[in-house]
Amino acid sequence: MKKTLIRILLSALGFCAIIALWQLAFHLVDNRTKLPSPFSVFEYIKESILSGVLLSAIKGTLMRMFSGYAMGLLFGIPLGVLCARIRIFRDTLGMLALGLQALPSVCWAIPAILWFGTNNSAMIFVVLMGSVWSLLLSTQHGVMNISPIYIRAARTMGSKGLHTWIYVIMPAAFPSIVGGMKQGWAFAWRSLMAAEIVVALPVSKANGLGLQLNYGNDNNDIAQVIGIMIVIVAIGLLVDKILFSPWEKMLRKRWGLDAK
Amino acid sequence: MQSLLNSSHGKVAAELRSVPSSKLVIDKVSKTFTRNGKEFTVLDDINLHIEEGEFVCLVGPSGCGKSTLLNLIAGLDSPTSGTIYTNGNPVYAPGRDRMMMFQEHALFPWLDVLGNVMFGLKLKPNLNDAERREVAKYYIYLVGLERFTHSAIHELSGGMRQRVALARSLAPNPNVLLMDEPFGALDALTRENLYRDLQKIWQQRKKTIVFVTHNIREAVCLGDRVLLFSPNPGKIREDFKIDLPRLRDINNPNLSEVSSVITAALKQHLDAKGVAE
Ligand SMILES: Nc1ncnc2c1ncn2[C@@H]1O[C@H](COP(=O)(O)OP(=O)(O)OP(=O)(O)O)[C@@H](O)[C@H]1O
Ligand SMILES: [Mg+2]
Repeated sequence: MKKTLIRILLSALGFCAIIALWQLAFHLVDNRTKLPSPFSVFEYIKESILSGVLLSAIKGTLMRMFSGYAMGLLFGIPLGVLCARIRIFRDTLGMLALGLQALPSVCWAIPAILWFGTNNSAMIFVVLMGSVWSLLLSTQHGVMNISPIYIRAARTMGSKGLHTWIYVIMPAAFPSIVGGMKQGWAFAWRSLMAAEIVVALPVSKANGLGLQLNYGNDNNDIAQVIGIMIVIVAIGLLVDKILFSPWEKMLRKRWGLDAK
Repeated sequence: MQSLLNSSHGKVAAELRSVPSSKLVIDKVSKTFTRNGKEFTVLDDINLHIEEGEFVCLVGPSGCGKSTLLNLIAGLDSPTSGTIYTNGNPVYAPGRDRMMMFQEHALFPWLDVLGNVMFGLKLKPNLNDAERREVAKYYIYLVGLERFTHSAIHELSGGMRQRVALARSLAPNPNVLLMDEPFGALDALTRENLYRDLQKIWQQRKKTIVFVTHNIREAVCLGDRVLLFSPNPGKIREDFKIDLPRLRDINNPNLSEVSSVITAALKQHLDAKGVAE
């Protein structure tokens, strides 16, 4: 208890130091159009929260993120299982996934606009493309690499078929799947930001953090740009803590430190 | 916990009081594997009768087909020719009447100790979850791990893991327990404790046990019979009856005497085959 308190205090102190350095840099650069003061960024964030703009942007962005990511889970995990099970899927879809995972998924923004128009669907599609391949591959990898002895042990205890899949194979593949979920989220988050900057510009209805970044650019308001960037980072951290930390904690508790 | 056995409350007590075991008959069993397009016989015409509640140890050098035979009895693999019978019924597939314990503990890391012991029980009909939990707790107590009921597997020592694996195999109350070098990876002291406890549990639960090991002293310490295997092709060469009183201590000099006889026999068979160890 006392240890965590000290840790939080030290971490707060560290952040104060960073802000102090920033303030110092602000005085040295002395150019408000290039480097805003911490205070002006703070002011921007406060005002945009009060006016509701920031929250509606966050809502818009997260809505796309979650829809696309949910679809990624929905497709990625079953397809990963299919690839692990059936060779021909592994040699086609699995190969394709390997290739497409390496493709920065913001590239999908261009065909997405062509197919769906400059709207939400296009951006959700980019998120899907950002997450689905990591999820597919990690599931395939996880399922294929489970120790056969688990399955043999389960069989001797009378488990077979679907029961083995639900109670042995999927739990055994879980550490790998969580890794893929994390990676898929990170890829999708980056590409959504890029896609919002590219796509969102002409669509006034689709508010989002990318759009706000663009507005900041249009208004020549560097405080807004930096403010939104800070929000993007904060959301990334928060999601990591809320969405993935519990799983990882659980893995570490159950599997031990060697959980991957 | 002991009261569980004595007091008669319903199904749990009935379940714990029943101590089924099977007669095992291995009838002209051969097993051939194909490797690099070449066939070779791993087990050649094995004939074996194991009585109900008998504790049989298989010893022999690496690669002589001990694990293969155990897999066949478990039903994880099927013989190329011949048949295995438990209580007169031929074995075609794994079954709850035969549980296997592996060299590596094969415990599920995503479940705690109780969850692992419950795994096989959950597949057993006629018990509800509360009853299963009671049965599982009894076996965890039997292997001396009640303090670790809710521990994660990675928190346990190697010896404790094998104890959990033993509890997991015992929990569905199989007739036959198949053990494939279960203590091979443990240190001597831990093993000695397990020898004592396994003998006690065997006397209490009256299972038919087939126990595979490299270690002849271990075999003599545990078995009613010690079967000597030798490779190329795998065959049972000799069948030693061990008449030492229970519980046996591995450091007992009488036991060493018997072991040295068996060791000599093994060497003879290996020399006859021209296999240098
Ligand atoms: N699935 C398989 N395919 C091909 N060969 C196999 C297979 N399983 C076992 N073998 C071969 O059969 C032989 C006997 O193997 P087995 O595992 O039964 O030996 P073992 O007596 O248990 O040895 P150890 O004491 O080292 O465990 C070995 O030569 C092994 O290579
Ligand atoms: Mg073996």
